Amino acid sequence: MEEVDVEPTTTLIPGVGLKQKHLGFEWGPGDILVYETNFRPAGAGSGCPSVHVVRKDEDIYSPILRKLFNESHHIFVGLQNITEDVPSKNKKPQFVSISKNYRSVIRACMEELQHVAVSTQDVTLVCQYSNQVSILLATELIWNLCEVLFIDAAPAGCLLLHLLDWVRLHKADVDEKAKEVLQSDSPTNHLAYWDVVISFILQGRVDEARHVLTKQASVQAASRTLYQLMDTLLHKMPVFNPSGTQTLTEFDMKWRHWHEECDRCLQDKSFASNPHLETICKILLGDEDAMLEHKELLGTWYHFLVSRLLFSHPTVKPAELHYYAKSSMDMFLDSRSVPEPLDSILLAAFEFDLHQVIKDCSIALNNWWFVAHLTDLLDHCKLLQSHNLHFGSNLREFLVLEYASGLVSHHSLWQLAVDYFDHCPEFGRVYLELQLERVPLETERKALKVLRICEQRHMTEQVRSICKIMAKRALSNNRLGSALSWSIRAKDAGFATLISERFLQDYCTRGSFSDLDLIDNLGPAMLLSDRLTFLGKYREFHRLYGENKFTEAGKLLLSLMTAKIAPRSFWMTLLTDALPLLEQKEVIFSADQTHELMFCLEELTSDNTEPKPEPPALGEDVETAKLELLRLALARNLAMAIVKEGTVEA
Amino acid sequence: MDCINAKYVSQKISKTRWRPVSASSLQQPELLATGSWDNEDNKVSIWSVGENGGHDSTDENVSGVCCTLQTLSVLHTWEGAHHYQCARAPCTAVVCSSPELVSVGEDGRVVLYKADQSRIVRTIENADSSTIHAVTFLRTAEVLTVNSIGQLKLWDLRQGNEPAQILTLTGDRVPLHCVDKHPNQQHIVATGGQDGMLCIWDVRQGSVPFSLMEAHSAEMWEVHFHPSNPDHLFTCSEDGSLLHWETSSGSDTPSFLQGRNSSMMSRSATAPAGGNQSLISAWLSGDSSKGRLETTHMLPSQTLSVNSLDVLGQCLVCGTDGEAVYIHRRVLV
Repeated sequence: MEEVDVEPTTTLIPGVGLKQKHLGFEWGPGDILVYETNFRPAGAGSGCPSVHVVRKDEDIYSPILRKLFNESHHIFVGLQNITEDVPSKNKKPQFVSISKNYRSVIRACMEELQHVAVSTQDVTLVCQYSNQVSILLATELIWNLCEVLFIDAAPAGCLLLHLLDWVRLHKADVDEKAKEVLQSDSPTNHLAYWDVVISFILQGRVDEARHVLTKQASVQAASRTLYQLMDTLLHKMPVFNPSGTQTLTEFDMKWRHWHEECDRCLQDKSFASNPHLETICKILLGDEDAMLEHKELLGTWYHFLVSRLLFSHPTVKPAELHYYAKSSMDMFLDSRSVPEPLDSILLAAFEFDLHQVIKDCSIALNNWWFVAHLTDLLDHCKLLQSHNLHFGSNLREFLVLEYASGLVSHHSLWQLAVDYFDHCPEFGRVYLELQLERVPLETERKALKVLRICEQRHMTEQVRSICKIMAKRALSNNRLGSALSWSIRAKDAGFATLISERFLQDYCTRGSFSDLDLIDNLGPAMLLSDRLTFLGKYREFHRLYGENKFTEAGKLLLSLMTAKIAPRSFWMTLLTDALPLLEQKEVIFSADQTHELMFCLEELTSDNTEPKPEPPALGEDVETAKLELLRLALARNLAMAIVKEGTVEA
Repeated sequence: MDCINAKYVSQKISKTRWRPVSASSLQQPELLATGSWDNEDNKVSIWSVGENGGHDSTDENVSGVCCTLQTLSVLHTWEGAHHYQCARAPCTAVVCSSPELVSVGEDGRVVLYKADQSRIVRTIENADSSTIHAVTFLRTAEVLTVNSIGQLKLWDLRQGNEPAQILTLTGDRVPLHCVDKHPNQQHIVATGGQDGMLCIWDVRQGSVPFSLMEAHSAEMWEVHFHPSNPDHLFTCSEDGSLLHWETSSGSDTPSFLQGRNSSMMSRSATAPAGGNQSLISAWLSGDSSKGRLETTHMLPSQTLSVNSLDVLGQCLVCGTDGEAVYIHRRVLV
C-alpha cells in the first residue's frame, strides 16, 4: 500500500454524528452518501433521519466555471483532431497557440468572476468568488510557466524574454500605479514615483522607465547631466532579438561591455549624489541586496528570480534555471515562512520535473480539470515519458479518465465527458459503456441523444438495453406505438412480439383494434417479428372484409393458418372469423380450401383433449356450440363448393 | 464565417427564438429568447444582441450578447395537460398562433389552449399511439403533427377527433422530429427525421413525400423556411451542423410547365393574391441532383448537437448542447 502524500482533511458534516452515533457511507460516482446508522453506543435518542450528500468538487456546479469546462472541451477536441495531419516538426506553433487558447479561456472566466464578485452583495458569495479567482490566477500562472518552459521550450536568450513576459503578465499593478503617477499634478513629487521607475526597471521595461525619468530630468535642471547619464545607460542596455542576425555570443559580449560600463559608473561614484539613481545603477548591475530592498515591489520570489537573471545572466540556459530558482526562493522568503503549494509547484517547474508539477497540482487543486488538460497537451508534445502506472494505463489517460468521471456525474455536463472517454484508448470505452447506462432518461429526447452516442460507437448492448428500458416504460404507460418504435430501433424481435401480443389481447377483449393508425401503416417493420407480421396481416384481413373483397379475405385467412403465421391460440378466433364467410350466399372457399379449414379445425380440437383445470360450465357450452356451428358451416360450404365446381358452365 | 458570434451561456440550449419584429420596420431583430434543458432548474432567458462594430477585424469582441433587464413572468400554467394514467408526460412541442396555443406530448395528445383562458379549451385524446414530436399550424384551424412512427398527420380542429389526412414515408418508419410549412405556399411542408433526411411534402397531392434529401448524419432537430425568402431553408442536427439550403429556379423548367414564361419563377417568388395554382415552388421541382440546390455549413467547426435555430431577416441564431449560442447577423438571403 502506498503511503499517503498528504494527511487527509477532515470535513465536518453539520447535524450528523451527534450523540456519538455511528456513521455509514456509500460511494457514488462523484460524491459520498453519508447517513447515521442505528447503532447506539449508549442511551436512547433518535438520530438525524436525513441522508447527506457530500461533494468534493463544487466547481462544476458554478455557472461561471461551467463556461470553462465547455470551452476547454471544445479546445480539447480540436487538439485531438489536429495531431494526425501535420508532421511533428511543424506542430510546435500549433501547440503553443492551443496552450494560449486554454489560458485565454481561464482568463476570461477569471475576469467574469471578478466582475461578479464586485457587483454581488452576498458576503459568502463574494468570499467564494474571490477564492475561485485566486485559484484560477494560480492555475494560469502555472500553465503559463509550463508553456514557456516545456511547450515553447525556448533556448537560451529567448528564454529570458519569455520569462519576462510571464512576469509582466502577472504583475499588472505597475501600469495602474504609473498611470496614477503620470496623471497627477506633479509626478516627480508623487510618493510612488520612484517605485514606478524601479518597478519598470525590475521588469525590464527600460523605455518606459526612461520616459518616467524624463519628468524628473525636466524638473531638476541642476542634475540634468546625471539624468542624461542614466538615460544613456538605460538606452544602451542590449536586448536580445531572436529574429535578428545577432548570435547569442555576440549578444553576450555586448552585454558584458554594457555591464562593465555600468560598473564603472558605480565605481566612479557618478550617481553618489542621488541615492535613487545609485540604487537603480546597482540594480542594473544585478546587485541582489539592492533588489531585495524593494521586496514589496517585487512581490514574489519568481519576480526576483527573473529580475536577477535579467541583470546578471541574460543568456541563462534552461538547464541552469533550477539553481537560480532555488537560491532566489531562499533569498527572498524568510527562513521561517513555510513555502506555499504554489511555490513548490513553480520550483518543480523550474527544475523541469514535470511529474512533480503534475502531482503537486493534483493534490493542491480540488478537481482534475487543470492537470487533465495540461497533461494531455504535454503528452501531445511528447514530453511525458510513457511509463505505465501500476494501476492501469499511462498518466495522461489516468488523469483524463478521472476528470471525465467527475464530469459524468453532473446532470448536464455528462455530454462533454463522452468526448474525453473517446480519446482514452485503453479504458475509455469501458468507462463510457458503464456510465452511459446510468444516465437518467427522463424524456425521450434525452434517450435519443444517449442512443445516438451509443450507436455511433457501435455499443450494441447499450443500445438494446436503453431501447428496452424506453419500450418497457412506454408499454407500462400504454403507449403501444412508442413501444413499437423503440423495438424497431433496437431491432428487438422479442419485444416486438410482446407488443403484438398486447394488441391481440386488446382485440380479443374489446373486439376491435386500438391504434389503427399504427397497425395499418406498419410497412417493412412488420417483418421484425412473426407475431407482428401476423398482426399486420390480420388487420389486412379485416380491411379486406370491410371492403367486401371476400375472396381475397378468405384466401388470406387460410394462408394465415396454413403458413403457420398465426399462433395456435388464435386459430379459434380465426375460424370464428371465417364463419361469416362460410355463411355467405356465394361460395367463397373452394373445396380444397374448405378441406384445409376442416383439417385446421381437427388439428385444433385434437389438441384440446387434455382436461382443462377450471372451465366454467357456461364456457364449455359456448365452446361446443361454436364447434358445432363451425362444423355445420364447413360441411355446408363443402357441399356447395363441390356442386359449384362440378357444374359445367352452360 | 467571420460574422458568427459565439457566447457560452452555462446552460444547454433546447430552444431559441427571435422576438418577432414588425415586417414593416427594416430593423434587425434585437431580442432573443432561449430555453435551457437538462438542468435541475431550467430557465427561459431573454438576451439582447448589440451591434458589433468592425465586422471585418479578426479579433472583434465576441459577445455582443448579454442578458437584458427585461423580466418575464408566468401568465398561466396549465398543469398536467400531458399525462399518462398515473404520471405526468413530457410535452414535446408548442406552437402559437395568437391567441391560440397547441401543444403535443409524449402521451400522444393534442391539447388546445387560449392564451387568456386558464382552462384547457380542447384535448384530442389518443391522437396518436406514439410520441408526437412537433406541431405547426398549417392554416387557421389546421395543424400538422409528426410522430415517432414516421407519420405526418393533418388535423382539422373544427371537426372531429380523427386526423383529416395521414401521410407517411414508404419504407422504414423513421421517426420524424420537426416540421415547418412554407410561408407563402401552405401546401408545401418540410420535415426532418431521425436519420437526418429532409423531406419536402405536398400536402394536397399524394401521401408520400415529394422529395427526399440526405441532409445530416444524425437526428434533425429543427427545420425552418426563411419567413421572407422561402427559397432558403435551414436545418440543424444532432451531428453538430447547421445547414443553409438554397434553391434556385434555373432556366430548365419541369416538363409539365414547358411553355411557361420562366420569369414567373423568380427567386423570391411570392404567391400573388389570386393564388395562382400553377406557380410551382422551386422546392417541388423534385430532382435535387440537378444541382439547383446549394448547401452551406453555417457553423465554423464541429460542435455538440445543435438543438434549435431561428432565422429572421438576416439574423440567424442557434443553440447547442455545448452550452453556446451562435449568432450570425449577415446571412445571405
